Amino acid sequence: MTSGLSRELIALRAARELRSGQYVNLGIGLPTLVSNFIPEEMGVVLHSENGALGFGRIADEGEMDIDLVNASSQPLTLKPGAAFFDSALAFGMIRGGHVNVSVLGAYQVSEKGDLANWMVTDRRVGSIGGSMDLVSGAGSVIVVMEHTTRSGEYRIVSECTYPLTGRRVVNTIITSLAVIDITPKGLLLREVAPSVTVEDVQAATGPRLLLAEDLREMEL
Amino acid sequence: MDKVVSSPEEAVADIVNGSTIMFGGFGVAGIPFTLIKALYEKGTKGITAITNSPGGRLEDFDLSVLFRKRQISEVIASYPVYSGKVNAFEELYLKGEVGLELVPQGTFAERIRAGGAGIPGFYTPTGVGTVAEEGKEKRTFGGKEHLLELALRADFALVKAHKADRMGNLTYRMTARNFNPLMATAADITIAEVDEIVEVGELDPESVVTPGIYVNRIIKGEKYDVGFE
Repeated sequence: MTSGLSRELIALRAARELRSGQYVNLGIGLPTLVSNFIPEEMGVVLHSENGALGFGRIADEGEMDIDLVNASSQPLTLKPGAAFFDSALAFGMIRGGHVNVSVLGAYQVSEKGDLANWMVTDRRVGSIGGSMDLVSGAGSVIVVMEHTTRSGEYRIVSECTYPLTGRRVVNTIITSLAVIDITPKGLLLREVAPSVTVEDVQAATGPRLLLAEDLREMEL
Repeated sequence: MDKVVSSPEEAVADIVNGSTIMFGGFGVAGIPFTLIKALYEKGTKGITAITNSPGGRLEDFDLSVLFRKRQISEVIASYPVYSGKVNAFEELYLKGEVGLELVPQGTFAERIRAGGAGIPGFYTPTGVGTVAEEGKEKRTFGGKEHLLELALRADFALVKAHKADRMGNLTYRMTARNFNPLMATAADITIAEVDEIVEVGELDPESVVTPGIYVNRIIKGEKYDVGFE
């Protein structure tokens, strides 16, 4: 079976899910790549929970400033119209429902939209960071991830076995194989990656998939 | 009024064993490196550290130095460990030598804000249905469950700011602000490490983020060229 999209293409497909005028928080890891695929003219404003709105691309060598970083401590650049604020205000924006979209990575997502993304049980300790606040406060939650683990285990499951970040919080899952919405009836397969079949996606997914009436191949 | 003290040693002289200390900073930005070094040299033990992360990204300068010298015994944090790297905190935690209270980051920020503002607790939807709800009172508002979270306060707050005037008014630089202004409000004694000390009247009152009422001592920080990872 095909391994599907690269991390860059998953990020590109996730960027297409965003809409003009939205305020968007990108989580640590794969989600930060999404910023590379948001066109300037789209008018999306990026929020960072360490206290910035309106940042741009990752800084090049020579323009790095240790006082200007994202939540992963990568050096940033700013766009015109940027703003800084403290951590309580940063999370007031999230908890208060002002951040429209949260893009997060995941270890597991359940068919009911439960998310597990902060701790692998074997490590015995994990970092919650802003993830629990984001899933509870953001307007919608998009998960981006490889469809299965490296050893081929399901990440989309009936019930999460890792500690939860939130219950019934995920709206859409964008993976190396597919775009899937969490609906009251279950997992709705909306798109498959190029050269990937519905059977491939089902074989890599724990719960049974429902097929969207307009199910189609991803446009990348 | 002049809150500038002559040395980092003098600034931390009364931080005794068993103190609860807030440390500002998020990732690599806004960490009071000079005050951490002074605390390392003083050797205060049994510290309860309230900090977003117990360090590890800049392990020769951040709180890692205090863990390696076994100075911290309890941690209240939201981002204690990193992927792909075991920090000094995690080594001691897994040996049972350091305790951890893990807090969602927004709840962590708001608990400190509440502590500084005289609010004993608040309800938040964050963490419902997860380990974060264990042992907490729940109450339903608008059909949605919320958790009662309690304020955090400390004996000392060690914060990093950009400029201070001699009365303790502080300004910050970009994302080095983070938890620093919150922590400055929530401790009995707040000690600020700054890049530059200016005379009273030189800061535009509109630019002041932490008013001097919250600040007890000021030191000029050493210049650290820590670089990125």
